[in-house]
Amino acid sequence: MIETGEILQTMHMIQQENFDIRTITLGINLLDCSDADPEKCARRVYDKVCTTARDLVKTGEDLERELGIPIVNKRISVTPVSLIAQGDPLPIAKALDDAAREMGVNFIGGYSALMQKGATRADERLLASIPEVLTVTERLCSSVNVGSTRAGINMNAVREMGEIIRKTAENTAAQDGLGCAKLVVFANAVEDNPFMAGAFCGIGEPEAAINVGVSGPGVVKTALEAVRGEPFDVVAETIKRTAFKITRVGQLVAREASQRLGIPFGIVDLSLAPTPARGDSVARILEEMGLERTGAPGTTAALALLNDAVKKGGVMASNHVGGLSGAFIPVSEDIGMIEAAQCGALTLEKLEAMTCVCSVGLDMIAVPGDTSAATISGIIADEAAIGMVNNKTTAVRIIPAVGKAAGDTVEFGGLLGFAPVIPVNGYACEDFIARGGRIPAPLHSLRN
Amino acid sequence: MTKALISVTGLDTTGIIARVATKLSDLNINILDITQTILDGYFTMMMVVDLDGAHMEFADIDRELQSVRDELRMTIHMQRMDIFDAMHRV
Repeated sequence: MIETGEILQTMHMIQQENFDIRTITLGINLLDCSDADPEKCARRVYDKVCTTARDLVKTGEDLERELGIPIVNKRISVTPVSLIAQGDPLPIAKALDDAAREMGVNFIGGYSALMQKGATRADERLLASIPEVLTVTERLCSSVNVGSTRAGINMNAVREMGEIIRKTAENTAAQDGLGCAKLVVFANAVEDNPFMAGAFCGIGEPEAAINVGVSGPGVVKTALEAVRGEPFDVVAETIKRTAFKITRVGQLVAREASQRLGIPFGIVDLSLAPTPARGDSVARILEEMGLERTGAPGTTAALALLNDAVKKGGVMASNHVGGLSGAFIPVSEDIGMIEAAQCGALTLEKLEAMTCVCSVGLDMIAVPGDTSAATISGIIADEAAIGMVNNKTTAVRIIPAVGKAAGDTVEFGGLLGFAPVIPVNGYACEDFIARGGRIPAPLHSLRN
Repeated sequence: MTKALISVTGLDTTGIIARVATKLSDLNINILDITQTILDGYFTMMMVVDLDGAHMEFADIDRELQSVRDELRMTIHMQRMDIFDAMHRV
């Protein structure tokens, strides 16, 4: 029998420490929806999404009620649209957005292209449409993979993405560049990521799959409060134990959702995903380890320990772990990161260093409105290089704050939060970005 | 067996256990375990129950408990035991 103390601990985690299931994401294969007629393709996409996902939100809400744990988001990821769009991709974008609204999910991901080695004609059409699509749709998220350890970095795509991010920011300037918050540039993108904005259903995935993302930075922070001053061995062990408990609940939710929907269980993504709410911050965990502010010397080491311990604890708790798994460090979605950036403790350069050891990359960072497309491409190239060489997923989700300068604030609302605009190195990289071509894959890509 | 935890918290008054237990009995829900204490005048009770006897959906049982909540003006939560088992038992 479970003891009273254990019951109270679980309840405390949920009620006081913001422990929740961040998302149940239903991955849906759309390859069979492709058609030479864009409108016909769009209709097939809409019908397939609405058929496959019809019970998703209700199932999530039922589980939430029965297990007594918030399941914050129910979302959908689909096959990268460039793989099914034989012509104009815009009708498909609108169909996905409509389907998301109809199903009651707040985001649908997969307006994506995988072009680490080069672009197909469909990839080019999709890229060109991104600024308009992110302006006219509400719930659709877009991602582009520009590099991988195996293929190197497609610098033509990197150059284009700088321009696309700028255009998207300008198109959505009235909402502080909200469109850019729904656009991720990846290196080593993963096929089963349940988290937005970078979720898509990879081509190695089954017809449909349930992927679950857990969260709970507040739970880890509280657990560490009990071991103040103890050596790092104790810190790592404490994080592992906590991550194990969190992930077990994620596994339970994933299994139940899979059974009820009759859709195979894919993975649990054991990520610490912060929100702007107090007590739900990854930065506060780093600070609990003894840093005055996130960004102080020692931050990268603290994050490395956290990221690794979360994986070690979580991997034993689920039979399939995947996605991005680790600690996210989005600036605008984490109150500790926001405050550290506001007071100058956290710079873009330090964030880049942190992305070498976090689960993804430069995330939800607002930069001055006059940042050039080439500079944005330079930032993407640096981040992709870190991913390529270190065999890890990296990403850039950056928001040029049109009409604003360093020190101003952009506001997205809800889970996307708000962010101070932080300065960018002002020296130019135009000639570097203009070269194009491909950066060859590193030697260690040849592993066979 | 579908086991659930029912937690009841709020200002202490006469007949809380009786009221909750009567409702559960009416619904044919068997009580497996009870822990109860008073902390600073606050009544705290945790019951482990077996829902199978009720032959009702979880949401409907939870709705049935609403009348007890309203009458006693206490916080009454019901959640399946699976979440505690998952978290604390390997």
